[in-house]
Amino acid sequence: MTGYLIKNVSVLGAEPTDLVLHDGVISAESVPGLAEVDGTGLVALPGLVDLHTHLREPGREDAETVESGTRAAALGGFTAVHAMANTDPVADTAGVVEQVWRLGREAGYCDVYPVGAVTVGLAGERLAELGAMADSAARVRIFSDDGKCVSDAVLMRRALEYVKAFDGVVAQHAQEPRLTENAQMNEGDLSGRLGLAGWPAVAEEAIIARDCLLAAHVGSRLHVCHVSTAGSVEIVRDAKRKGWNVTAEACPHHLLLTDELAATYDPIYKVNPPLRTAADTEALRAGLADGTIDVVATDHAPHPHEDKDCEWAAAAFGMLGLETALSIVQATMVDPGLLDWAGVAERMSYAPARIGRVAGHGRPIEEGAPANVVLYDPAARRTIEAAESASLSRNTPYAGMELPGRVIATFLRGKATVLDGKLQ
Amino acid sequence: MKRHLLSAADLTREDAEQVLTTAEEMRSLADRPIKKLPALRGRTVVNLFFEDSTRTRISFEAAAKRLSADVINFAAKGSSLSKGESLKDTALTLEAMGADAVVVRHGASGAPHRLAHSGWVRSSVVNAGDGTHEHPTQALLDAFTLWRHLGSLDGRRVAIVGDVLHSRVARSNALLLQTLGAEVTLVAPPTLLPVGIDTWGVQTSYDLDAVLPKTDAVMMLRVQRERMQGGFFPTAREYSRRYGLDARRMATLLDHAIVMHPGPMVRGMEISADVADSARSVIVEQVTNGVAVRMAVLYLLLSGSDSTTDPTTTTTEENDA
Repeated sequence: MTGYLIKNVSVLGAEPTDLVLHDGVISAESVPGLAEVDGTGLVALPGLVDLHTHLREPGREDAETVESGTRAAALGGFTAVHAMANTDPVADTAGVVEQVWRLGREAGYCDVYPVGAVTVGLAGERLAELGAMADSAARVRIFSDDGKCVSDAVLMRRALEYVKAFDGVVAQHAQEPRLTENAQMNEGDLSGRLGLAGWPAVAEEAIIARDCLLAAHVGSRLHVCHVSTAGSVEIVRDAKRKGWNVTAEACPHHLLLTDELAATYDPIYKVNPPLRTAADTEALRAGLADGTIDVVATDHAPHPHEDKDCEWAAAAFGMLGLETALSIVQATMVDPGLLDWAGVAERMSYAPARIGRVAGHGRPIEEGAPANVVLYDPAARRTIEAAESASLSRNTPYAGMELPGRVIATFLRGKATVLDGKLQ
Repeated sequence: MKRHLLSAADLTREDAEQVLTTAEEMRSLADRPIKKLPALRGRTVVNLFFEDSTRTRISFEAAAKRLSADVINFAAKGSSLSKGESLKDTALTLEAMGADAVVVRHGASGAPHRLAHSGWVRSSVVNAGDGTHEHPTQALLDAFTLWRHLGSLDGRRVAIVGDVLHSRVARSNALLLQTLGAEVTLVAPPTLLPVGIDTWGVQTSYDLDAVLPKTDAVMMLRVQRERMQGGFFPTAREYSRRYGLDARRMATLLDHAIVMHPGPMVRGMEISADVADSARSVIVEQVTNGVAVRMAVLYLLLSGSDSTTDPTTTTTEENDA
């Protein structure tokens, strides 16, 4: 069997047509011997690209491995993920990023692009060997201390400048550390009542504003991770209006969930940056619709059960996201009419591939392009069951929630990683 | 009443008044030669304290013992925050020992809430202070003390002064005293008032001198010296000058106004020694009332709120003996 003939499928929501995946590329004409897939009612999207995934390997293989994380990614419609650097050891050398890259190739469920740490050990003191990581087999282009902010202004400036030599980008976790010491949840009406230390919006916005100014000053690219507040959207919108080279991502959970959930004291809702207010989710959706926010990125953050089955302050930050991202984007953006399927392709495939300088992903579904394709049934409804996740962890905040849509198939260079909704 | 007492917000006005009325009956016991009731005989109350608080623990212990409950004191030093045994495992252990009520003090806000709602234990959970969240039995004993001195709290003005930001006592009192009809004013430097306090339904002020002549009761909160490291105010002396209650300020109070403090006091910081020991001070009485109120809470939680039995007149073989 050399490929698939997908019958009667709607490419990006257009009139149904037949789609041929043959010898790893999208082909104009069918050939005999292809496996047929009924695409009736399904939308074909380019393989999704995640700019922000925690695969936890090396170091926390009890929470996730490259293999388990990429299985979850394939089930979510992803054909490429960027593995964040906050592993143990930290991905701050060519050796570690090559190891993660190779583990991804061996697993084969989707392409793994390691993110390199900006500073040695994420310590925020001196630059890691960014050039060595860029030149390694892993070809690192995105650098981030995610989980920690590069808060030192001089270090951030140097990083922004230095990565220009190899067309890299610094992806900043914007969190002013002094304003967020011991912070537990969004600082607002509820944090005061619940007695949980607040994580104020200004701690995110102050860093984003500073970094936009720095990036403009040195003429570098800046990518802002997990934008969570209305004020951040406004700052990024203003930077773009000025023509500065700034991109930004938003996470599905920040589009859907709000800080009211912290009133349960259930740390399944504890995440960094924290869930914000309904007004913030509205601003994020509007920013994603008008292109201020370029990308939806999952910030998939697996944690073992015991790190969430405890009191709020003791719990780890983070939630699963790969297998539910597309459904949440449908619920928050597509169904309300804020984004069409072409827009989803832009925000979840083309733009992240451009920002990560990933060749072979994020290409339109047209003849000759690599056959990285997702088939998605937007009419399906499903109730999320934590136990059904392909992740080794179970910390999904959506358990028990009914969400629209289901990934029916994912093809990575013409090979099905998911078919009939099941891993292959 | 609900099965657990986690927040002062769990109490309706009717619930709170029932606690106060019951506490009054419990307090009258103190005048009897034998101070013990058989009401909770055979029931087990666990005092689960993840933070040191001798005064709160012995208050609950005395309350449970006067109701003839078996009391287990569990000082769980290693909370999961310090990588010791987890809250869950501690809870499962207590459950296996057959606790009917767990009185929990924990440094993490919401820990009693987790204990009550995570399916780890079936017993009633009483919050004896969680992080910077709440301390509902302290609010009940404060309300009881106010009620004994001022009668109905409807329209009464209570000022709560000090570190509101980190105070579980302030949160519980702001909720409960408003439920009981009082007007609450929180007085603090702006750095020690939480964001969003405008949604609490209370008045706020930065000016203690302006508030004192209009209050029926003033409740001074403890200011922990470590707050100074956080830069919430410049020096202890400046705090004391602006927000401390001394004899000069006390003289501006109405004749009937009382001075309260949940303890432990830092004399010379938020309250001067002569005020703490003055005739207006009801601080020692608060401690006595604490036992009565906690007896009422344990009794109502464990005997069921629908019980109309008067706890002080139930069959009392001990009293007869």
